[in-house]
Amino acid sequence: MTTRIGVVTFPGTLDDQDALRAARLAGAEPVPLWHRDKNLHQVDAVVLAGGFSYGDYLRAGAISRFSPVMETVIEQARAGLPVLGICNGFQILTEAHLLPGAMLRNNHLHFICRDQKLRVENAGTAWTGDYEQGQEISVPLKNMDGRYVADERTLDELEAEGRVAFRYLDTNPNGSLRDIAGITNAAGNVVGLMPHPEHAVEPLIGTGRTDGLPFFTSVLKKLVNAS
Amino acid sequence: MARVVVDVMLKPEILDPQGQAVQRALPRLGFDGIADVRQGKRFELEVEGPVDQAALDRIHKMAETFLANTVIEDFVVKVESES
Repeated sequence: MTTRIGVVTFPGTLDDQDALRAARLAGAEPVPLWHRDKNLHQVDAVVLAGGFSYGDYLRAGAISRFSPVMETVIEQARAGLPVLGICNGFQILTEAHLLPGAMLRNNHLHFICRDQKLRVENAGTAWTGDYEQGQEISVPLKNMDGRYVADERTLDELEAEGRVAFRYLDTNPNGSLRDIAGITNAAGNVVGLMPHPEHAVEPLIGTGRTDGLPFFTSVLKKLVNAS
Repeated sequence: MARVVVDVMLKPEILDPQGQAVQRALPRLGFDGIADVRQGKRFELEVEGPVDQAALDRIHKMAETFLANTVIEDFVVKVESES
């Protein structure tokens, strides 16, 4: 049976098509999900894609977090469903308290759009199994509210439990504490990051590398092995 | 209807680059003597019915779960006017 990866579209989501495409290129069946539909249509994993859902009104991700689809996503994520939040999706996951901390305006107040080097700090999550621990990758980064913050105790806890999944390399592009680019929950099924792996899945575009594709092949392998 | 105001501010320990940008612009515009600026949000709620303890409790809950993200922000609820 084909593995089904669902991608949620909220009003203002931009990168849902790229995420669906990445899922297909990895060998999954891409399934579009709609923010007002609670039904996840038997998907095996969910991607919350990037963009500016609800115009980032109030706070990035704050309104989307209460959408009907998120009720089911939150419930299923707690039960082990693999969920990946990219950029705005990461912001939604922190607002939904599936991941700790919060995202704030970049410290320099500029929108960034660049190729960003990252180090994979945890290759044991549902979404990173196809990377080597410590592997350096390059994927696009584009955001306004990318500064990851959490209190010291939470940061120490994340470090101690190996839950910092990705760290910015060479330069910290937005003032994120401890150079954190992405984190995972304790179970390893929920991962969020600011950079965009779904934009780096074909050699033709972007960095010319396919450093983002392993996110999608990782979850596929994980699901196939589990079934 | 009564107006209830919810003020939301970033916690003191959280860096506020927007406030800093405003603060840095002030001397250039001839406004001296401002050592620091913090920028926040103000919500004005027009409340139907009496603003009793039950209504205030609901507004408090609303602020805590939605208007503010208490990971990074503090909030204050004030009854401003009966009109």
